Amino acid sequence: MNILVLLKQVPDTTEMKIDKETGTLIRAGVPTITNPDDLAGLEAALRLKDSMGAKVTCITMGPPQAKNMMRELYAMGADEAIVLSDMKFSGADTWATSNTLAALIRTLEFDLIIAGRQAIDGDTAQVGPQTAEKLGLPQITYVDDIIAVKEGKIIVKKALESTYEIVEAPLPCVITTLSTLASPRYMHVKGISHAFERDIKIMTFDDIQIDQSIIGLKGSPTKVKKTFTKEVHKNSDILHLDGKAAARKVFDIMVDFKFIGK
Amino acid sequence: MNLNEYKDIYVFCEVKDGKVHDASLELLGEAARLVNGRPQLEYKVVGVLIGNHSDDVAAHVGWYGADKVVFLRNENIKHYSTEIFTSLFTEMIESDKPDIVLIPATVMGRDLAPRIAARCDTGLTADATKLELNPEDADSSLLYVTRPAFGGNLFGTIINETKRPQMTTIRPGVMEMLHKDEHRSLEIDKREVSIDHINDPVRILEVMHKDHMAVDITKADIIVSGGRGIGDNFHVLQECADMMGAVVGASRGAVDKGYIAKDHQVGQTGKTVKPKVYIACGISGAVQHLAGMEKSDYIIAINKDPEAAIFGVANIGLVGDALEILPLLTQEIKRYRERPY
Repeated sequence: MNILVLLKQVPDTTEMKIDKETGTLIRAGVPTITNPDDLAGLEAALRLKDSMGAKVTCITMGPPQAKNMMRELYAMGADEAIVLSDMKFSGADTWATSNTLAALIRTLEFDLIIAGRQAIDGDTAQVGPQTAEKLGLPQITYVDDIIAVKEGKIIVKKALESTYEIVEAPLPCVITTLSTLASPRYMHVKGISHAFERDIKIMTFDDIQIDQSIIGLKGSPTKVKKTFTKEVHKNSDILHLDGKAAARKVFDIMVDFKFIGK
Repeated sequence: MNLNEYKDIYVFCEVKDGKVHDASLELLGEAARLVNGRPQLEYKVVGVLIGNHSDDVAAHVGWYGADKVVFLRNENIKHYSTEIFTSLFTEMIESDKPDIVLIPATVMGRDLAPRIAARCDTGLTADATKLELNPEDADSSLLYVTRPAFGGNLFGTIINETKRPQMTTIRPGVMEMLHKDEHRSLEIDKREVSIDHINDPVRILEVMHKDHMAVDITKADIIVSGGRGIGDNFHVLQECADMMGAVVGASRGAVDKGYIAKDHQVGQTGKTVKPKVYIACGISGAVQHLAGMEKSDYIIAINKDPEAAIFGVANIGLVGDALEILPLLTQEIKRYRERPY
């Protein structure tokens, strides 16, 4: 079985801070990580590889330094790594990104495509389904568990707001995974030592068949008009009280709101 | 593409258990606000219903702001299907030519909207928190969509000048629903549609209810919320919450660490909440968390670090250990409840 895993290298948004003087985002020193939902997707693929045998190919689109991420994914157990990287691809919105990914994927053999549900920098959750649409494949989004892959079908548990659904789709198809699906395994020592010798395929505009008018910033229907940061401020009383007095304070507030008492 | 052919605002109405989802009703309200603010466009608010629903459901859409309902009806559509909904919605876009399409950013909406946008080859903006028609041109219907990015650290305003419809998903709980008005006039455009030409190979085998289904933190009046600092002690919050009829919320850090289930998560990637009282315990106040709770009526923050960002949005800040204060509060309430009358 051939599994393609779509991943993205993202800034760790929990480490981001705002420059209070200028109101801009401080990006320097913010570590980059592999997007959590995507890592769960890779782990799911590797578990299928362990249990039934599979070739796991990791695909990302991004700047050349995405190669570093790919080394880590090799060390976890990936079999092949492809980085789509070209200035012509950059600045793409989700539609243009999906066009680019789909153009590459059409040239590959696959039975299953796994994408993380959403990336923590954009939080759009659009690239998985849009890539599925461009490839004309069925999709299951918000996958919380893979239950079985057999007889040309995949059965998964999909997480909705207040229910789970057990859903079946024929292969090939696209699933998008939640970070809660699986904790990613650690890189193994043998993997790490081999990771640096492994080939990471860089694919540029010239390597894939695609119309330049549907990719990158220029091909993107949505454009960023402006960006800004937001000040959130209320006038708060900050009190240093001992535990008992603090508890009493909260109690009094709840009484004022009539949540306690008559 | 002749952009001038496209008009009106269409809102996808998600139906759950025979009722239109609140997130869709909020969008009808927001669409009505946009249309009323720019009467020269002569736009209508059109709700879109897909399925085998009763006519009552269509009427319901009118009470909350729709001028018209396009009801794509087929007796055999009993539940959501990505392919059937995408096909029917796309066919309707081709015939009706809506200028703007709003879809709630629910699990269903986020499954459907990207499929439709990709099939129509138009732009889609995700998880908007603010909508506005071009503020620089009073005759324009260009939609300015503001949304958070980088975990809520940055906001971006997104436009789509070249393709139609202008599509966006909108975060549930952000827009205001209109007051129910059963006397609003409503045009119902019921279309019996065929699905014979659509093949959806995806099958739902079983639906399971989550154990903690009773917890809907978006509807609670009081939320006692914990951060990573609470560790494995979320039961302390739960005991205190139980005393006050509150529910327990959590930051992303606590959920990611596995201390509590994802359904409790407040923030950019969790839920947006607006309770009467929000008690933040051991939550540092990352921007992505604040994005989900800053609209609470009253915020109490408890944190050991006097510099914690959470104090910046709190009405009252208590510098201290929530794990010490909360059990004392629980006892205090218990004592009060057990007092002799």
